[in-house]
Amino acid sequence: MTPEEETEFKRRQKSRNLVLGGVLLFFVVLFYAITIVRIGDG
Amino acid sequence: MTTLASNQSLPADWRDFFTLTKPRVMTLVIFTAVCGLVAAPGGIHPVLGFTAILAIAMGAGGSAALNHWWEADLDAGMKRTANRPIPTGRMRREDARDFGIFLSAVSVFVMGVAIGWLAAALLLVAIVYYAVIYTMWLKPRTPQNIVIGGGSGAFPPLIGWVAVTGEITAMPLLLFAIIFMWTPPHFWALALFMKSDYAKVGIPMLPVVAGERATRRQILGYTIALAPVALAPWFIGGTSWVYGSVAAALSALFLVLAMPVGTRKRSQSDLMIEEKRLFKFSIYYLFVLFAALVADRVLAANGVIGPGLFA
Repeated sequence: MTPEEETEFKRRQKSRNLVLGGVLLFFVVLFYAITIVRIGDG
Repeated sequence: MTTLASNQSLPADWRDFFTLTKPRVMTLVIFTAVCGLVAAPGGIHPVLGFTAILAIAMGAGGSAALNHWWEADLDAGMKRTANRPIPTGRMRREDARDFGIFLSAVSVFVMGVAIGWLAAALLLVAIVYYAVIYTMWLKPRTPQNIVIGGGSGAFPPLIGWVAVTGEITAMPLLLFAIIFMWTPPHFWALALFMKSDYAKVGIPMLPVVAGERATRRQILGYTIALAPVALAPWFIGGTSWVYGSVAAALSALFLVLAMPVGTRKRSQSDLMIEEKRLFKFSIYYLFVLFAALVADRVLAANGVIGPGLFA
């Protein structure tokens, strides 16, 4: 792997990790909200 | 199968995964699903309503990714699709498959846990219908593939409705039937004026296999058959005159525009004005019809209009 390729590799890996982290965080919040709503339904 | 060039050393850009979900198709899926959800009797908590729509969108995205995976070879041979992530080698083929299966599984699971297992089962049926029955099995085998494919586009409002009510009744089935009957004239109108490469890759599209005349006749046939289906929600008392009058006007207009397309013959250096007009109208048709349904049900729920045919 050339240095340029390695920089690109790192860049893509980083942006993918950020997106995945964001998605996971979103689902954590969503499942929390769903739980609260469904408990409220009783 | 051809081996596709790929940059295996580089991880695929996340935007390419987003592309796999066919975001433009998804906007229509989300629109019709929201309409089904809002039009259904009773209410759903906004958080749960959002979750149901999200699950439907993820299911659509997952099956779209599976479609990209399965048709990568065909896509490589057609100009319109040659720049998709897999044919260009920006993504490994197996990654699209795994992403599609994962997204589909999560969508069904989320729907089941948060909303209910009937809606989840319908979502699973829709995914299998599109990715397996349509894409893998019937699309390459029959010129009626568009009719069958229309079935997968018809699921979202049905699932949206069932997410609220928890049962399958006549109304959501009619919404399914409307999109099912609407898809053939909509798509074949496009197929008449858009030169596509489907023949090149061996997909039996109706205009290529059965000829233009048969296609025109079938456009007219499906448009005629669509009218009573579109009016049925009013006939059975599922909506008021608000929806009924809009559906009647739209059906009449659709017929008026489909008539010349169904009966005329292409001339030399034809501009295909009638076909383009019909295609454009068909999009407005679906949009306005579903908007009218939602308006009708929201008005009724707020007591502005009463129940019954002419109330």
